[in-house]
Amino acid sequence: MRQFIKAAAVAALAAGLAGPASAQEKLKIGFIYVGPVGDFGWSYQHNQGRLAIEKAIPGKVETTYLENVPEADSERSIEQLARTGHKLIFTTSFGYMEPTLKVAKKYPNVMFEHATGYKRDKNMATYSAKFHEGRYVIGQIAGKMTKSNTLGYVASFPIPEVVAGINAFYLGALSVNPNVKVKVVWANTWFDPGKEADAAKALLAQGADIISQHTDSPAPQQQAEAAGKMGFGQASDMIKFAPKAQLTAIIDDWSAYYIERVKLMLDGKWASKDTWGGFAEDMVHMAPYTNMPDDVKKMAEATQAAIKAGTLNPFKCPVLDQEGKEVPCKGNGALSDEQVVGMNFYVKGIDDKLPK
Amino acid sequence: MRLELVPRGDVSPVARLLSPVAALAVAILIGGIVVALMGRSPMAALQVYFVEPLTEGWAQQELLIKATPLLIIAVGLSFCFRANLWNIGAEGQFIIGALAGSILPIWLHGTEAGWWVIPASLAMGALGGMAFALIPAMLRVSFGVSEILTSLMLVYVADLTLDYLVRGPWRDPKGFNFPQTVSFDWTLPYIAEGGRLHAGILVAPLVVLAAWFVMTRTLFGFGIRVAGESPKAARFAGFDAGRMVIASFLISGGLAGLAGMIEVLGQIHQLKPGISPGYGFTAITVAFLGRLHPLGMVFGALVIAVTVIGGENAQIALKLPLDLTRVFQGVLLMCVLAADAMVSYRVRIVAGGR
Amino acid sequence: MGIWEAVLITVITAATPLLIAGMGELVVEKSGVLNLGIEGMMAVGAACGFAVAILTGSTILGILAAVGAGIALSAVFAFLVLGLAANQVASGLALTILGLGLSGLVGAGFVGTNREAVPAIFIPGLTTLPGGALLFGQNPFVYASLAIAFGTLWFLSRSRAGLTLRSVGESHVSAHSLGLKVLKVRLMAILFGGACAGLAGAYLSLVYTPFWSPGMTAGRGWIALALVVFASWRPLRLLFGAYLFGGATVLQLHAQAASIGFPSQLLSAFPYVATILALVVMSAGRRSATAPGSLGTPFVPDR
Repeated sequence: MRQFIKAAAVAALAAGLAGPASAQEKLKIGFIYVGPVGDFGWSYQHNQGRLAIEKAIPGKVETTYLENVPEADSERSIEQLARTGHKLIFTTSFGYMEPTLKVAKKYPNVMFEHATGYKRDKNMATYSAKFHEGRYVIGQIAGKMTKSNTLGYVASFPIPEVVAGINAFYLGALSVNPNVKVKVVWANTWFDPGKEADAAKALLAQGADIISQHTDSPAPQQQAEAAGKMGFGQASDMIKFAPKAQLTAIIDDWSAYYIERVKLMLDGKWASKDTWGGFAEDMVHMAPYTNMPDDVKKMAEATQAAIKAGTLNPFKCPVLDQEGKEVPCKGNGALSDEQVVGMNFYVKGIDDKLPK
Repeated sequence: MRLELVPRGDVSPVARLLSPVAALAVAILIGGIVVALMGRSPMAALQVYFVEPLTEGWAQQELLIKATPLLIIAVGLSFCFRANLWNIGAEGQFIIGALAGSILPIWLHGTEAGWWVIPASLAMGALGGMAFALIPAMLRVSFGVSEILTSLMLVYVADLTLDYLVRGPWRDPKGFNFPQTVSFDWTLPYIAEGGRLHAGILVAPLVVLAAWFVMTRTLFGFGIRVAGESPKAARFAGFDAGRMVIASFLISGGLAGLAGMIEVLGQIHQLKPGISPGYGFTAITVAFLGRLHPLGMVFGALVIAVTVIGGENAQIALKLPLDLTRVFQGVLLMCVLAADAMVSYRVRIVAGGR
Repeated sequence: MGIWEAVLITVITAATPLLIAGMGELVVEKSGVLNLGIEGMMAVGAACGFAVAILTGSTILGILAAVGAGIALSAVFAFLVLGLAANQVASGLALTILGLGLSGLVGAGFVGTNREAVPAIFIPGLTTLPGGALLFGQNPFVYASLAIAFGTLWFLSRSRAGLTLRSVGESHVSAHSLGLKVLKVRLMAILFGGACAGLAGAYLSLVYTPFWSPGMTAGRGWIALALVVFASWRPLRLLFGAYLFGGATVLQLHAQAASIGFPSQLLSAFPYVATILALVVMSAGRRSATAPGSLGTPFVPDR
């Protein structure tokens, strides 16, 4: 027994002394997810990014994640990561913005990365993806592929990212098909497979023959498949769920960004900044173009290449709002980044209302 | 083979106090075996799950922060449950309380209004919760509609109302149209600099004391207990059943609303969607863990808070999956409930059926 | 198939899991026990049903596994509330936490796995008639849910065992003095409730949206619980309630797709408000205190 106590004491002492030293050897990185890692959507893709770090930089990093963290109750969770030696912490939902900011002020030696927000600090960077670039491409495909000229859109919550996505989708469709209409159903949830399926069914019953979605489960695509219609996956490649229906999917790919930021951290060159990446930065990918004729595929690839090269902007001026008034053009021949990031209006031709 | 329960005559207070300890021991044993099977150290699990939340300064603070809303709501709910009223909509009353209480800070944002905004907001929060709880109460009294259904359905209505307001009319004009209100200019002061412990936690002990006093020392409390145990007896004793329903719901809704506003002013400092991670539902468990007794509910709230913080620790330190910590939370609660029952009854295993 | 037929089929799809789980809970409550753990049992049913269906390739085995899982979890509940006379409300809530956690552990390996939906029935000559898809082209689960509903109705109102169950729920003291085996009856009822919740879970992961993901029950267990109250513990009214709620849910989605211009949150709240209003209308003027007399109170036989 005495031996045991002695051994335990030595071990505890060693842990106490060696703690900081071993932390230097391995960089501890923390992640906070809003959903379960098994949602096969938003949180799943962030977790894929985390796994990519471990694979790309083996032996030098240790990653930890907390899943299903409620946004309003996240300050403690973030601080707990900061206190336990995590030096780089990714908080991956908009609602973590204020809590992350508060914890960042308290832990100046820990670096924070907040997804989709707009508040930064010396040790708090932000990052987000230009999903609307992908939405424009799928809009064009939908415009070409629809026979009923009615496109269905299962939306989650009216936040700017989703609204900009609907606009880009519609503008893309309109650019190749002047008669196209889009019907929007707000599920008022990011994740409820049953409700998402019901929303898709309602859209299909009302004549939509293409189902696009900005909710996280593959349920709407399964419905499109079952009805013999087409659709687009969201967040991850959903081809397994809709092998005959999926035309392509917009894939969130955070791996490249995460690996880059971790490497900077390891080199001591990490600095706070805002990153808004699209096709060009490899943050938004398209799943293989499937189930479509070659000419549509060529068109999609050309559009994707043009957006990537910067020669095409989904929100090129003039952009008209629902009343037909021209939206002030604050960017260089297109809407400015701020206008897109904070978008709260529909473009002309969308038959839906946003809460004011 | 079957179980037979023999009521124990009088139960010593020592046994009552020891039963949760025994429950803990059993739950730890079960959890330890599972953790060991997963190849992690059971001792380390015990350390991060139970020891740290109870001994470490930072975690103790978090424990109190977490337990506060649960306790305040549970104390309110105990009035309904004692009167045999099934208010399972505290979650909605919490949200509407937070909404009502936030009217002032949003309206006065950017003005020079003084500290009085804080107590005024808290009062409005309580009133908001009361008003929302009045709906199921009135529907029950006037139309005989079951409060189980109405209170639960109204939770969803409250949630969507909050969602609508923060995405629409109450949205922060400078917030890039994201769903959130302005950050409030008035918040509950922190008790210690640099910590997260806010003055709102002081409300909980006051609420507990007041509830204990009302329940045991006043005619009204007596009436509620009688109404719960035997509605007929209550009527003979001259208690108006309808009034009892309304009063219980007002207390319960008011405290839930107050808890909502404390949470907003103490922790979140603004309104946004999903301000409650299910406090209103968890508080039901707290209330029954504490057998509807004010002091028992203090214990219940702390147990839940430990499982939340300990579960998080286990995810970080041992990389255990969230679902496993949830399973353990369920097992722990069941052990506490079983131990509690075994204090009242002696369990005998009898061979053969009857 | 016209739009109304399509809408009605969607309504039935949305209502079926509520009906199955609700009918199980109705029987449990009729016996005098309140089990708030439906959500957890449903989740475990969904996870186990999907996992076994994938592993064995058999839908039938998947369904059996889901039912078995529901029964197993409800047995834990029965042990607590019958064997130890523990508090029913808290035990049910603990069961929900346990079930949601277990479902995550069981399902973790099946994230991102697709499975063909259990096909709807097709009877040549009948399904293709106008309106035929509605009557003769439903999923087997739908017919099963109706069979459970009418079976429960018959059992509770016509059978001797049903009478026993009701008297146990109404007053366990009198039932006991009449020599009825209160605890045994309640055990059977609780296990039946678990089986139904498990079956409803299997419906979610094998038919409704044929994949598994954490949190896919999304509160349906709670709605089922509320519908039992809505039905004032009567099977046919539960049938009506489930279809009313499913109908309101689907209707609001259709209203959105048709862009009628209301805020979506208001429309999303519609099913809940409609249920409350319907209950108010149905209860107005009639004072039928219909909850089983012993609901929620533990029973300990004195010898």
